[in-house]
Amino acid sequence: METTELSLQDRRVLNEFQHHFPLSSAPYAELAERLGSSEEEVIGQIKRLKKAGLISRVGAVIQPHTIGYSTLAAMAVPTEEIEAAVKVINRLPQVNHNYEREDEMNLWFVVTAEDEADLGQILAQLEDDSGYPVHSFPMVRDFHIDLGFSLDWKHPYNSSSNQVHPAAFS
Amino acid sequence: MDEIDRKIIAATQNGLPLTPHPYAEVGKEVGLPSEEVMSRMQAMLDNGIIRRIGIIPNHYKLGFKSNGMTVWDIPDDQIDQLGEAVGQLDFVSHCYQRPRHLPDWSYNLFAMVHGKTRNEVLTKTEEISALLGDAVQGHEILFSKQILKKTGFRLQQPPHTPKEGE
Repeated sequence: METTELSLQDRRVLNEFQHHFPLSSAPYAELAERLGSSEEEVIGQIKRLKKAGLISRVGAVIQPHTIGYSTLAAMAVPTEEIEAAVKVINRLPQVNHNYEREDEMNLWFVVTAEDEADLGQILAQLEDDSGYPVHSFPMVRDFHIDLGFSLDWKHPYNSSSNQVHPAAFS
Repeated sequence: MDEIDRKIIAATQNGLPLTPHPYAEVGKEVGLPSEEVMSRMQAMLDNGIIRRIGIIPNHYKLGFKSNGMTVWDIPDDQIDQLGEAVGQLDFVSHCYQRPRHLPDWSYNLFAMVHGKTRNEVLTKTEEISALLGDAVQGHEILFSKQILKKTGFRLQQPPHTPKEGE
């Protein structure tokens, strides 16, 4: 499924409900009311977009450090050694994101542990197993108010929803 | 936050059921009436454990293929004010103060910028640069080359293990 094939209703579903999803007995029926659609249609639409991989999930985004303790960690690994290092990093269930980036410090990954001490042990073990120093950059302060991800679509309609954040239509 | 809250988060971390009464189904799984599931989730929203509840798109699949981790060296006495300003930009998806690792790493402000193309990320980074002005002592963009692993949030232990619950 290409994004160019997305209908207006698909775009609205993807863009307008990234926060303030209703905490009510029949939330999809509420969405349907705002979209001028039916509960059954909305559920079918979300299922279809999820199957196409365009929706990750419907659910809660948890604030970091409220459950467990996490950090952004980085390693500088020579290109020819990357594959081996990535294997060591990715086999840890505590790693949920790992990106290769264009920099001497080229591997960047998020590690979530039970607490700070547990995290220290995991990182020390990772240094041993990979043979490279691990730099840890835990969050000091969060400056972002998380309203979701602006999909940057010009909106060719007048939304009647008052839940839409301005960023959605930049 | 207690064990029941943790159970609710564990039961919903892969997503709410796509059925007419999703909170009732979560309630069945954790042994609570749907009203209590909803009121506990509302309480976790109010106290910030849950940031938001929503439909979470996969922006990579939606065409935002370029992401740049922009990193900035900002004087410590200005970072609160300037970090807030950068965090409010609509194209910034994460904005954190993180520790410097001197002498190798002097950057203390990290802002994630997404775009459909590399140029779009560069243009947006210029906007951040203009906003920060003379306070910038150095900066870099670390473009992503490839995603090596990406899974959602996971509770590491089942909720009943005694080590948890802090």
